[in-house]
Amino acid sequence: MDRVPVLKIGDILLVSIQIDMEDQVALQLQEDLADRIVATGCHGVIIDISALDIVDSFVGRTLATIAAVSRVLDAETVVVGMRPAVAITLVELGLQLPGIRTALNVELGMDLLARERGDDDGDDGDDVEGTDTPAVSTP
Amino acid sequence: MNERIEVTSDRDVVRVRQLVRTLAVAVKLSLVDQTKLVTAASELARNTLVYGGGGSVEVSPAENGRRKGIRIVFADNGPGIADLDLAFTDGYTTGGGLGLGLSGARRLVDEFDIVTAVGEGTTITVTKWCR
Amino acid sequence: MTLSVDEAARFAALLEENQDALVAAWTEQVAATLRGRLSQAELQRQTAELRRGFQQALAGAARDLSGESTAELRAQLAELSASRARQGFSATETAVSVFALKEAVLGVLGDYSSDAATLKDYVAFSSFVDQAALFTFDSYVRVREELIADQTEQLLELSTPVVKLWEGVVAVPLVGTLDSARAQVVMERLLQTLVDTGSPYAIIDITGVPAVDTQVAQHILKTVVAARLMGADCIISGIRPQIAQTIVALGIEFGDIATKSSLADALRYVLAQTGRKAR
Repeated sequence: MDRVPVLKIGDILLVSIQIDMEDQVALQLQEDLADRIVATGCHGVIIDISALDIVDSFVGRTLATIAAVSRVLDAETVVVGMRPAVAITLVELGLQLPGIRTALNVELGMDLLARERGDDDGDDGDDVEGTDTPAVSTP
Repeated sequence: MNERIEVTSDRDVVRVRQLVRTLAVAVKLSLVDQTKLVTAASELARNTLVYGGGGSVEVSPAENGRRKGIRIVFADNGPGIADLDLAFTDGYTTGGGLGLGLSGARRLVDEFDIVTAVGEGTTITVTKWCR
Repeated sequence: MTLSVDEAARFAALLEENQDALVAAWTEQVAATLRGRLSQAELQRQTAELRRGFQQALAGAARDLSGESTAELRAQLAELSASRARQGFSATETAVSVFALKEAVLGVLGDYSSDAATLKDYVAFSSFVDQAALFTFDSYVRVREELIADQTEQLLELSTPVVKLWEGVVAVPLVGTLDSARAQVVMERLLQTLVDTGSPYAIIDITGVPAVDTQVAQHILKTVVAARLMGADCIISGIRPQIAQTIVALGIEFGDIATKSSLADALRYVLAQTGRKAR
């Protein structure tokens, strides 16, 4: 069975999904990531899906679960690189990705994580916190 | 040039996706329509596997005189669906999924036809036309 | 009424024997309708080719226009009507190029045309030419339809520019009526531009949109949600008073989507957001 590699870069775990995943592979990734977050103590996870030509409800649910589990382990997840055609399809499918942060590319994803950690470290009196990051909902 | 895949495992769902994409490219569906069709095929093939206990998927080119397209038939001999209205409700699931498989897939294709009987199985036929 | 084999052979011979006179008369006829928009030499070449096409078809014992022996002639006619359609000639002007053959043949028949047998032949031949002209007309319409479809597509692309407004901010100024097809093109273009430029902000300006119905509003909403899924934020600007009224009357929920009255306001809002982030 194929396995999706998890790379550690500084305080971030980077996952780049390059294959058409079988459901088992997706579930394996979910487990691997939780293990690696605990083992490395990383506070951020970036999942690059720019190579995926579709995201169906199973993959969507896996991503949402990964984000939720990571949050429990004190790590923020950002999904980056979703293709326009995939996004349009997800909207039509009615799939919401609640609790998932998204960014256009890996670099913007890293910016987002850095900002989040910065805010967490205190001294932030910003009362519109949260409005600067897109939260996902359907019309 | 009908292509048929027996769906008995996860791996077959991946093969269905790849086959549908190849044929969708061949009839020149737009990129967004390809993505919608492959996503719908993935949802329905997984339903065939998970709820139908396995079955078959047949993909063929379609033509209605004016336009070309792709037709896919998902067939299983599983338990069938007792309450179709309920099965088409967004968020309803008996399999622990998101409950978007049937209703979502229907929104992604141009034609959607379902024949089901309790104890006899389910056959779903979907068609996507080129714009 | 179809040609008999004998009739076809007789006319094939006639077209062969009188080719120079026929082509000359035919060309003259066509030239008169086209009023100098095609050169005499060009027309001469076209009619000469068509004459050869008709002659070969008839020599091959064609009885109507559907047979094997007329395949070549059909291809010629299709090509003729395609080129006429592209050059902007009218349907009549195109069909005349074929109909004129009848007059030309009548001229060649000359004195014999009062002879009953010849007249009967001529009527049969004439119906064959009619079929050819109808075929030309059909091809002409088909080509024109293709042209219109192509132009519609080009117009769609022309009318939906996506411009970079600032570092990390792109804008789509929408002008004119938004139908479903156009809204879809806009949506795909905008999202692709976000990826290509790595811009996390998009402003959709609808100042130039005269009316918004439920369908258009749905398309805009879907674009905004898709952009969010990709990690970008959309702001809608230029909502005119009547459109705001319609949106409320239709019960369309814009939810937490940022709306600004002008493009300038939208840009100011985005810059304030990015400024806060960069801090």
